[in-house]
Amino acid sequence: MDDTDKELTQLHPNHVKVTRIVALLVALPFVVGAIVLEAADILPFGVFVIPVLLVAAFLVIRIPLRRYHARGYDMGADRLRVVKGILFRSDTVVPFGRIQHIDVHQGPLQRIYAISSLIVHTAGTHNSSVLLPGLGDQTALEMREEIRAHIKRETV
Amino acid sequence: MGELSDTELNESKRTDPLSFAVRAAAGLQNAFVPMAAAYFSLNDTQWGLLAAIGIGVLVVAASAGFAFISWRKLTYIVGAEDIRVESGVISRAARSVPYERIQDVSLEQKLLPRLFGLVSVKFETGAGGGEDLALNYLSEQEGERLREVIKARKDGSAIAVDGDTAETVTALPADVLFAIDQKRLFTFGMFEFSLAVFAVLAGLFQYAETFMSIELYDPGVWGEYFAGPGSWIATWGPAAQVFGALAGLLTLALVGSFTGLVRTFLRDWGFVLERTEKGFRRRRGLLTKTDVVMPVHRVQAVTVGTGFLRRRFGWFGLKFVSLAQDSGSASHDVAPFAKMTELAPIATAAGFATEPSEGTEWLRGSRKYRMDSGIIEFAIFAFVACGVAVGLSFTDKVSSLWALIAIGAGGLFALRQMFLWRFDYNALGANFLFIRRGWLAPKLEVASRIKLQSVEIAQGPISRRRGYAALKLGLAGGTLEVEGLPLERALKLRTAILDSIARTDFSEING
Repeated sequence: MDDTDKELTQLHPNHVKVTRIVALLVALPFVVGAIVLEAADILPFGVFVIPVLLVAAFLVIRIPLRRYHARGYDMGADRLRVVKGILFRSDTVVPFGRIQHIDVHQGPLQRIYAISSLIVHTAGTHNSSVLLPGLGDQTALEMREEIRAHIKRETV
Repeated sequence: MGELSDTELNESKRTDPLSFAVRAAAGLQNAFVPMAAAYFSLNDTQWGLLAAIGIGVLVVAASAGFAFISWRKLTYIVGAEDIRVESGVISRAARSVPYERIQDVSLEQKLLPRLFGLVSVKFETGAGGGEDLALNYLSEQEGERLREVIKARKDGSAIAVDGDTAETVTALPADVLFAIDQKRLFTFGMFEFSLAVFAVLAGLFQYAETFMSIELYDPGVWGEYFAGPGSWIATWGPAAQVFGALAGLLTLALVGSFTGLVRTFLRDWGFVLERTEKGFRRRRGLLTKTDVVMPVHRVQAVTVGTGFLRRRFGWFGLKFVSLAQDSGSASHDVAPFAKMTELAPIATAAGFATEPSEGTEWLRGSRKYRMDSGIIEFAIFAFVACGVAVGLSFTDKVSSLWALIAIGAGGLFALRQMFLWRFDYNALGANFLFIRRGWLAPKLEVASRIKLQSVEIAQGPISRRRGYAALKLGLAGGTLEVEGLPLERALKLRTAILDSIARTDFSEING
């Protein structure tokens, strides 16, 4: 069975909001810096502010949406598939039988928007932890329970 | 063999009292540098030597005192389910390692502890960053006993041994899979050409510089030498100068070979690999003796490597990849210098093969990848060349055309890249994934399909447009990656590997 052609499940729409807020927080100091430089009247108006604002707008409005559409996951019968990346695409499959432990993580921002990240850990050096952000709280917990039911108890 | 009494089971123990003596002796080494520093900085005063000795005594006393306190404060308990170590003078730390998580127990004997009959016992858990548990210095008997106890506990049986019967346990019947005799060790050493000694010498020169204030790297010093006392060198004829250069190269070759020989003898003296009931057991070392046991099912992958020269004589080396570390390197050397016919049985004993079964196809990567990687290689050099050309155009002394050298080098490297593509193969057998790389010194990686942890297909902007991808596999204790596979091949490999993985649970292969 090849599950590559299967339709991917999209993340929770709130994920876009959270990534936008994070991008905004990152861009803010640069925008403030540009305004300060502008106020100092070194060069003609707009030399600092216009490009900085354009880049910031691109990073805050466009990129999170594109990344959201590039991301997706698929819960198979015995495996989890995680796809991500706009330019550099990565398509990872972790069989449930190889998952060592599972984390459900929620930051303060994610908490406000009721989304969680699911992190599965494997014993491999590459992909030792696979992150799947932007799941609805309920979905993340359900996925965790489903994966856990698959993992047999290790030797006692 | 006897049952451990309850009192012995949870008794907290200290490491061997002699380990305090070993650490104090090691403190002598630390005292040497401050002593030398004191001596050289104060040698114009009369009491320079006295001060140096005083400092030496102080350092030794301090390190001995510290060693004693930390010895007093470190205790370990062999419990029913885990081994616990409590340590620390000011802040106390307690670490517990469950038996199931211990990958293997290795014994190491450096020269100094060996003189006292002590071993360092390391519990490999596969934790990263040197976070493994080690008990520094137990008596040889206690180390051996601890190892047996832990192995017995891991197997879930309550049988354990006490100190008196440890000798009989080590004498379990074992098949010798591979051993290196002195003649082969000598041949091996000849191939281990190493210039490490020059690095050591350079380090010593740096010391000499600081102490004697001579700048060995200052050309002025040498200029003066050749102009003054060394001017006789300039009077030599050209033939003599050529002879001198040749003699220099010969010395380099001799010193390099000799260093390699010495290092090999120190590391691999008495190399024995055995197949015991508990797994593979490897012993080696002349001054620092090591004794490592690897359970068979912990072997995740095997690699067969060689060197371009030793390959001409049919010599290869075999390594096991596992979660445990082998004195700093990720894989265990199990047969560092052997003929191919000797390697195959060792790999078979670990449940691996060294070549695909009949009818398995060796496939190359994508031709588009070959083209693109050549172009990228060239582009990097072309970019550098442009930078150099622009830089040179500002200075009038040299023509910008010199940048063409970088272009030429880029062309050569791009051709080399495209040529090497011909030697990269992958093959998927019924149980294993084979990856072979390299032209003069090919390296073969064999991974068990069911022992892989995850499969990722990664594509960059170029590879997505051109229809190839990199396949990155999650391997416990190592990395496994094939670049530039045609996308269909990558998908086919992934589907096949995932199907074999999903059929077996982790606990069934690594229990």
